[in-house]
Amino acid sequence: MLSNIQILPEVASTMAGKVDALYFFITAVSVFFFLLVMLLVTFFAIKFRRRSKDERPEPIHGSLKLELLWTVIPFILGMAMFGWGAVLYFDMFTPPVEGMNIYVVGKQWMWKIQHPEGNREINELHVPVGTPVKLIMTSEDVIHSFFVPAFRMKMDVLPGRYTTAWFEATKPGKYHLFCAEYCGTKHSQMTGSVYAMEPVDYQDWLERESVATLSMAQAGEQLYNQLGCGTCHAQEAEPRGPSLYGLHGRAVELLTGNAITADDSYIRESILLPAAKLVAGYGPLMPTYKGQVNEEELLRLVAYIKSLNLDTEDSTSESRGGKELKEHRNE
Amino acid sequence: MSNTVAVASHPEPDNNYWTAGYGLKSWLLTTDHKRIAILYLIMISVFFVIGGLFAVLIRLELLTPAGDLVSSDTYNKLFTLHGLVMIFFFLIPSIPAVMGNFLIPIMIGARDLAFPRINLLSWYVFAIGGMTTFAVVLFGGVDTGWTFYTPYSSTYSKTAVGLTAIGVFITGFSSILTGLNFVVTIHKMRAPGLTWFRLPLFVWAHYATSLIMLIGTPVVAITILLVFLERVFGVGIFDPALGGDPVLFQHLFWFYSHPAVYIMILPSMGVISEVVACFSRKRIFGYGFVAFSSLAIAVLGFLIWGHHMFTSGQSILAGMVFSILTMLVAIPSAVKVFNWTATMYKGSISFETPMIYVFGFLGLFTVGGLTGLFLGALGLDVHVHDTYFVVAHFHYIMVGGAIMGYLAALHFWWPKITGKLYSEAWAKLSAIIIFIGFNLTFFPQFLVGYLGMPRRYHVYPDEFQIFHILSTAGASILAIGYAFPAFYLIWSLFRGEAAPANPWNAKGLEWTVPSPPPKHNFDTIPVVKEEAYDYSRLEEEVV
Repeated sequence: MLSNIQILPEVASTMAGKVDALYFFITAVSVFFFLLVMLLVTFFAIKFRRRSKDERPEPIHGSLKLELLWTVIPFILGMAMFGWGAVLYFDMFTPPVEGMNIYVVGKQWMWKIQHPEGNREINELHVPVGTPVKLIMTSEDVIHSFFVPAFRMKMDVLPGRYTTAWFEATKPGKYHLFCAEYCGTKHSQMTGSVYAMEPVDYQDWLERESVATLSMAQAGEQLYNQLGCGTCHAQEAEPRGPSLYGLHGRAVELLTGNAITADDSYIRESILLPAAKLVAGYGPLMPTYKGQVNEEELLRLVAYIKSLNLDTEDSTSESRGGKELKEHRNE
Repeated sequence: MSNTVAVASHPEPDNNYWTAGYGLKSWLLTTDHKRIAILYLIMISVFFVIGGLFAVLIRLELLTPAGDLVSSDTYNKLFTLHGLVMIFFFLIPSIPAVMGNFLIPIMIGARDLAFPRINLLSWYVFAIGGMTTFAVVLFGGVDTGWTFYTPYSSTYSKTAVGLTAIGVFITGFSSILTGLNFVVTIHKMRAPGLTWFRLPLFVWAHYATSLIMLIGTPVVAITILLVFLERVFGVGIFDPALGGDPVLFQHLFWFYSHPAVYIMILPSMGVISEVVACFSRKRIFGYGFVAFSSLAIAVLGFLIWGHHMFTSGQSILAGMVFSILTMLVAIPSAVKVFNWTATMYKGSISFETPMIYVFGFLGLFTVGGLTGLFLGALGLDVHVHDTYFVVAHFHYIMVGGAIMGYLAALHFWWPKITGKLYSEAWAKLSAIIIFIGFNLTFFPQFLVGYLGMPRRYHVYPDEFQIFHILSTAGASILAIGYAFPAFYLIWSLFRGEAAPANPWNAKGLEWTVPSPPPKHNFDTIPVVKEEAYDYSRLEEEVV
């Protein structure tokens, strides 16, 4: 029975091995210092045990050299741990430019996942191995956290904003997906599975499981038309509203004089709180769509607005979102 | 206590603080710091038992992967109440309010704290906060976790969050008042000759702790109040649906609650300094470094709250700043451990119960401190954050460190406080049982945490069960270990041998007064002519 006990989770992403390496390094340092202290304590306790009631050992006031030694050595080791950890952290939260986007909505107590192709899943996530997968995540209610131990990845999923994380699976298999931020009654049942698949199998899965006839962007377009967004946001800028073509990833000049990069969060905010960041040259005419669209629909609208970059190749074809979507469509 | 030097016992004085007044009123209206310490001792012991019972139920539930003993809602309330009771009503007041209250005035040669009535007030405030928490249990409990993360706590939870917030808010003032009292007392009431660098390190540790209590506690009080305002009146502060920011709460909460960890551990470190010096018959190696490391911990402790938030979406830069500062705060703790170890070098080491607890502390606190490095390293924390690795880490610090220190203090000063000697054999046995039980309970949690077991899980995947079985087995041993002192200590009150003034042949003003001390501690205020821990001059001191 004991031989079956694992002490390391599966190594199934490009990050997993790197995180484990740091874990082994800090473990080695810790074991060394633990043993050092314990051996010294034990040795001193035996060697200098009280042999007579009348012992009056000579006082020792201290030693500046020793104090410096045991300040500087932990300092150097601490900085090494910091540097190593920081490099990993930077990699973990800087997704590669290429790769695919997957949209995640957490709610009490389930994970709702949308693929750009239109596939939707609950508490399951199918991904191909060998492709960086960027997760764009938000919550409908409280804070959740998307945790896949086999990938050594975890990111909080917050209401009211998008957070992102990425991983690249390296080994096909079925892995645990946990909610790691306490979220109420069924927190421990807000779990699921990540299926990492060979790219061919993933394509098969996409086609086999596809119930949606529309991609996310197409579903977003449908919604865009239903809500009448196009009345003000047409291909060419109108007096009432700016054009959304080529918007995503571009710097937008605001009424306040500041510039902001139009990312997913900015688009989401502008739908829900249009007056929060007005574009220079436009008045606060747009009504809020709060309550009319839920988080999943918002993600579809965002996906559609991103896809508008593709149709205006002349101006903004270099924007990141557009490229990603194009790749998916070409697949 | 056969191997301690026999000290001529003072005759039992008639006017010690136990016999200075009789009846409930003489206790409930007392302004004697020693009696208030006893009132605290009784109350926190009750809370420790209650918090422990919650832990027993949690461990029993986790014996099997399925949720079969209690419902999810009940489980969530159990870990919430376990955390709340243990942190706010046991660990934070434990050493300061009991040992600090009792000892600081005597250690510095004063007749009481600077504000005796405020001291009594702080106990009443604490009691009211405690009663409010009992009321929470009667009203069905609370399920937010002790961390009250928003918007779950402010909007979504259907439990008694408002009442709990009031309870924690009130209790905070008890902490503030105690901290204030200690700071003023240590500044203004030291006996003639007792300069800052002659103070026992126990006093230094409490000075640093009091600063944290004074500066940090108001922040958590305000934060909890804001949660209350949002929950009850719908003022949008944390809930994005009301225009608030949920991560703001985390910043405010951890600004206090990370330093709060040091409120729990610093007094314990002070105890270790006293005990290791006494049972090594040596002055503390590097006194100044140990003293200033307490202050360094108190100051740096306020700058590292963001290491609880590496996966919360804060910027990479913020993460890096908090990580580097976290690595720095590890250094003063390491310095202390090395200095305690060096204190034993060429000492005269004996193995009475308090010293056994020091050995336990050194082992467990070292593991707790070192595992903090795993959590401070950014890329690694992402994986272990909010898993059982964190649970194991903070139990090694707060149970392994803080409670070992508390038990060392209780056994070291018990003869002084009560005037009675307890059974060394039983006490050593229970110290060893606690050490074994503790490690069996919490070491497997590091392993299952790295495997990915999230904390606050009522049900869990089957492959984690073996670790939970070990943990629950350890917890049963630990429970037995904790139960023993309750029996032999209470037994000693009635049947224990009378304690001499200085049963351990220890240095320090508290050992110069009879056991138990007279009502006003000192007939004449002592004049201090020597540095702390001057064990080489022991004979001259023995009366």
